[in-house]
Amino acid sequence: MRYLLRRLGFYVITAWAALTINFFLPRLMPGSPVQAALDKLHGTVSPGVVKALAAQFGINTKASMLSQYGHFWSQMAHGDLGISTSQYPTRVTTIIGHALPWTIALVGVASIISFALGTLLGILIAWRRGSRLEALLPVTTFLSAVPYFWLGLIFVSVFGVTLHWLPISGGYSSDLHVGFSWGFARSALSHGAMPAVTIVLASVAGWMVGMRNMMVTTLGEDYVMVAQAKGLSTRRVAFTYAARNAILPNLAGFALQLGFVVAGSLLTEIVFSYPGIGLSLLQAVQENDYPLMQGVFLVITVVVLLANFVADLLYVALDPRTRQEA
Amino acid sequence: MTAPVGERSTAAAPPGVPLSPGSRRRRRSTRLSPKTYAGFGLLGFFLLLAIIGPALAPYNPSTSTGPTLAGPSWHHLLGTTQTDQDIFSELLVGARVTLLIGFLAGAIATALSVIVGVTAGYLGGWGDEGLSLFANLFLVIPALPLVIVLTSYLPHAGPAAIAVVISVTGWAWGAKLLRAQTLSIRRRDYIEAARIAGERTWRIVCFEILPNELAIVASSFLFTVLFAILTQVALDFLGLVNVSGAWTWGTMLYWAQSDSALNVGAWWWFVPPGLCVALVGTGLALANFGLDELINPRLRTAGLSRKSDAKLARLGFTPVHRALPAAPTHARMGATFTAVQRRADDDPAATPVHSNGSTR
Repeated sequence: MRYLLRRLGFYVITAWAALTINFFLPRLMPGSPVQAALDKLHGTVSPGVVKALAAQFGINTKASMLSQYGHFWSQMAHGDLGISTSQYPTRVTTIIGHALPWTIALVGVASIISFALGTLLGILIAWRRGSRLEALLPVTTFLSAVPYFWLGLIFVSVFGVTLHWLPISGGYSSDLHVGFSWGFARSALSHGAMPAVTIVLASVAGWMVGMRNMMVTTLGEDYVMVAQAKGLSTRRVAFTYAARNAILPNLAGFALQLGFVVAGSLLTEIVFSYPGIGLSLLQAVQENDYPLMQGVFLVITVVVLLANFVADLLYVALDPRTRQEA
Repeated sequence: MTAPVGERSTAAAPPGVPLSPGSRRRRRSTRLSPKTYAGFGLLGFFLLLAIIGPALAPYNPSTSTGPTLAGPSWHHLLGTTQTDQDIFSELLVGARVTLLIGFLAGAIATALSVIVGVTAGYLGGWGDEGLSLFANLFLVIPALPLVIVLTSYLPHAGPAAIAVVISVTGWAWGAKLLRAQTLSIRRRDYIEAARIAGERTWRIVCFEILPNELAIVASSFLFTVLFAILTQVALDFLGLVNVSGAWTWGTMLYWAQSDSALNVGAWWWFVPPGLCVALVGTGLALANFGLDELINPRLRTAGLSRKSDAKLARLGFTPVHRALPAAPTHARMGATFTAVQRRADDDPAATPVHSNGSTR
């Protein structure tokens, strides 16, 4: 319990830091590109909104930094991320609310598959050292160094443009409505297949190599040898004795890996024009839509923190030592 | 104590290889795995390309020099673009800036991580707590979105500025590794001796501690360069930097995407730059594996002959030589720092010992 509380405290501090970065970035960056972006809005957007946006980014205000900071937090407390300038007058929260489920479904499913597959392969490769399975290592090294979006481009060109097996863009057929129908589910699955395979292929190596290395280290431990000497079945020794211990650091390395997966997935979405948060980020960047950009950054950070916390929960479930502390 | 260790060692060793310390050392120096050589070879090749590439380019990559969207031919080895530019020349010229940003960002980030990590590990106490928290923070905040937001506030950033922005988000991993290692070295006898002998702190840090961490510094440098190159290519691909400026592999991909090379099937346009990125990345990762194997002897398989290795593997035991006492060891990347760091976090008194073959 104490362990979890400590982690939770850390995530709260991280969230605070991310929000504070968001607050200070537009105020400290030189040349104020936000000002330029806002200048373009005059005429198309009501003056009140421009004023509100200027206040949000600390332009032309006489208020002290501290009172601006206070105002910023009250906005955050109300879940107010401002108004998108590129899709005026939609609120940033609305845009993100539409995009986020797509991203979570795609990246969530792909990450779980990739983690499970990578861990299993890692166990196998460590167990059968010197066998042909080790040939997988250089292949996956190559795959892990490939930019996700480039892999996506190749898939689009081979399976989409040339072979016409799968649709190359979007999250569902444009003639369907979002809802719980058989046709929509099938369309969403066929649209999500290629991005998901891209993410799995590009991220599986990280898990695999990490697991393989920890497994190799664990297999050298005396208790594994004892288990073997007792005549336990191979499967039991491999999974219950060695893998269960080897998986802990891999799970703890989740934060680092997840950062890569999230980054790669954002770009994968862009290649496939998948209606997730990565595409929103691209639009924001292209249109200099700073409220949307910062909103996306915040939401991604919060979701990543939540995912890390889930990994911590798993860690506690797998490692009795963290429970004994309490 | 020594007898069982010796027994186990000989039981696991291939016939004909006596396990005296001397032979161990010799074997280590001669048996870097072929993967490692391949890694450094790839890296060397691309570094050479970055240096002489622009001089080799047959055409000016920014002017139209041939037919529109032609496939590979003798005149244009990798074909041409929508705007009649020679792709082979773009690739050669682009190597320089791409690698420059990658290695520059890697160097800055590694310097940062050495400063933060070693300071945290050596200071201990509140200073350590604060710096570790700082590093953890940067590790958890997703890097690419942060880099994207940062870059969008710097619309006229040149390569150097991009490298700085990337390094700001890429130093934390190395810092954590180095902190854990410093923590373990700090209380060793020779450091205590240096301290009692009245050596200054900066001297202890620079000449007693740092040389023992060179392998980790190098490994985190390679890793950060990979991170930096991938991030930079992503930024270019998104069009966040001045895409009409210097050629990089990322801007090549940007133009390929925006001129819809995919839809017209111009594979010669978007395949080469991505492949080059992947090959450089593979080189970096393989070189990193090699360093890891140097740091952690257990990960080495090349030390055994194929035959005996396979036999041992069937038994289910890891072929491990136990001349050194069993110690918490290094694994790679994600697993590496967490394993070490977790021990250090939970129990600061227990000092993890690395079987750091290269430095002992």
